[in-house]
Amino acid sequence: MGEAPEMTTALDAAGLRDPATDELRQETMIINMGPQHPSTHGVLRLVLELDGETVIRCKPVIGYLHTGIEKNTEYRTWMQGVTYVTRADYLSPFFNELAYCLGVERLLGVEAPERATLIRILVCELNRITSHLVWLATSGLELGAVSVMLYGFREREVIMEIFEAITGLRMNHAYIRIGGVVMDLPDEGPRKIRSLLDLLPGRIDEYETLLHDNPIWRERNEGVGVLTTERALALGVTGPALRATGIGADLRKDIPYCAYESFDFEVPVRTEGDAYARYVVRLAEMRESLKIAGQALERIEETPGPVMIDDPKVGWPPRLSVGPDGIGNDPEYLRHIMEESMEALIHHFKMVTQGVEVPAGEVFSAVESPRGELGYLIVSDGGHRPYRVKIRDPSFVNLQALPALIEGYLVADTVASVASLDPVLGGVDR
Amino acid sequence: MNLDALAGRIGERVPDVLVARGEVTAVVEREQLLETLAWLRDQPDVALDFLSSVTATHWPDVDPAFWVDYELRSFPHKHRARVKLGLSEGDAHVPSVTPLFPTADWHERETFDFYGIVFDGHPDLTRILLPDDWEGYPLRKDESLGGVPTWFHGVTMPPVDERGMA
Repeated sequence: MGEAPEMTTALDAAGLRDPATDELRQETMIINMGPQHPSTHGVLRLVLELDGETVIRCKPVIGYLHTGIEKNTEYRTWMQGVTYVTRADYLSPFFNELAYCLGVERLLGVEAPERATLIRILVCELNRITSHLVWLATSGLELGAVSVMLYGFREREVIMEIFEAITGLRMNHAYIRIGGVVMDLPDEGPRKIRSLLDLLPGRIDEYETLLHDNPIWRERNEGVGVLTTERALALGVTGPALRATGIGADLRKDIPYCAYESFDFEVPVRTEGDAYARYVVRLAEMRESLKIAGQALERIEETPGPVMIDDPKVGWPPRLSVGPDGIGNDPEYLRHIMEESMEALIHHFKMVTQGVEVPAGEVFSAVESPRGELGYLIVSDGGHRPYRVKIRDPSFVNLQALPALIEGYLVADTVASVASLDPVLGGVDR
Repeated sequence: MNLDALAGRIGERVPDVLVARGEVTAVVEREQLLETLAWLRDQPDVALDFLSSVTATHWPDVDPAFWVDYELRSFPHKHRARVKLGLSEGDAHVPSVTPLFPTADWHERETFDFYGIVFDGHPDLTRILLPDDWEGYPLRKDESLGGVPTWFHGVTMPPVDERGMA
């Protein structure tokens, strides 16, 4: 081996040769990615064992954003629970509110008015689009497509403004409440939503033009982080990540809630199971959500009626109207409880101090969130506060599949794989 | 299969099945847990082949003190069911279902983290959301919540369960 003496010396100097056996050392390296890393979608920490550029082992470490939401709800009234759960998966607040409220309503044995149900579907589908837009924007940024980041957040901003007009807040709305929604759509709501529905299809076309056949985008995503159907099912993966492996499982179709069975939409499915398939599925889902939102808006306009259940022991807030300060209690309602009806005043007082009383029992209420099956196990012991609220967050469960996506691929593919799984750490850690 | 038919079919295997609020719940003994879940998964007409969630609830001062809860879903038949089992306070351990459903891994770790329930045979039963050196199991009902000292003239905020709430 005398042909390359320089090389031999360099290896010895770097300590890469074992002097005893005269062989090159075969060592792996363990590195930490995160919890503070721009491509870990919050505070996800990955412990990676590398053999050169190849990841041979990956261990996700979570809990950096644990805020005890489940425990907190046990010490708050049923209604206050909405404001907690909406903060779990902060990119899909409406879905958390919806799953929680549907569960409590099932325990109470009540149903929201039809108009409220339609408004719930409308805001949820718009929320699905914003969530997918954030996913598109951030994964674009992580893979070097900065324009996609700017476009994604630009369109999301339009929808956020609509959310602000409807609920008063951009995030953590606490808009969906037990028995309905807080208030009706504002007068300008339908017009704004309609112009959004006209705007977005063209914008989604734009993303497709940018990315679909973009050689860099395809190179970074195709064949990367492949998840087989069997593995996905065994690891509990749901949502777009599962639908990219060939299974069209969607709770809106399988076990419909609200009124999804009466809406006309498709469940996009791909079979490749790689990061590119997940991208295609999400983009197609945004189009389907637009379809549902359009149908919901049409039906909302044909369906007059209250948006909160007419039951003084459940419905809260009872009635709101726009006063000189923008919003406030309805003067008619105030006059009713203060001057006309002692019973109404008692109900009002009990609702403010104790809230709803929920009969003992337990339910598992699941909805299809942008990331998969979002389930709430809600247990009541018959009191004014939840006895137990367990959030089955899809990000938490999907993240278990991350080692299966990463191991055997290159370090650079880790970023694409994490992005394509779209975990939201607020939901993972709760 | 409608709910009652599903409950009847599960009832062939598990004596204690109940239907409430549109949900089927089967209560099993600890010794039968693994067999029952495998049976529910492998019967073609039941096919509860997807484990959504594992968690627990704590009821101090009564027996059983813990109820471990398995939420199952069937992709082929589009129905759901729940399997529950009770554990006494001093005997809070249960066989891990990870051999049947690998997804149970993190669910069981979380339940261990919050309730201290030990899942026998789990490959890596460590804390998952709380720090490794955390003491106690915070979602147990008898776990102290602790008051918060504040900076305002010697005032202390009482624990949240002692603030005279509804």
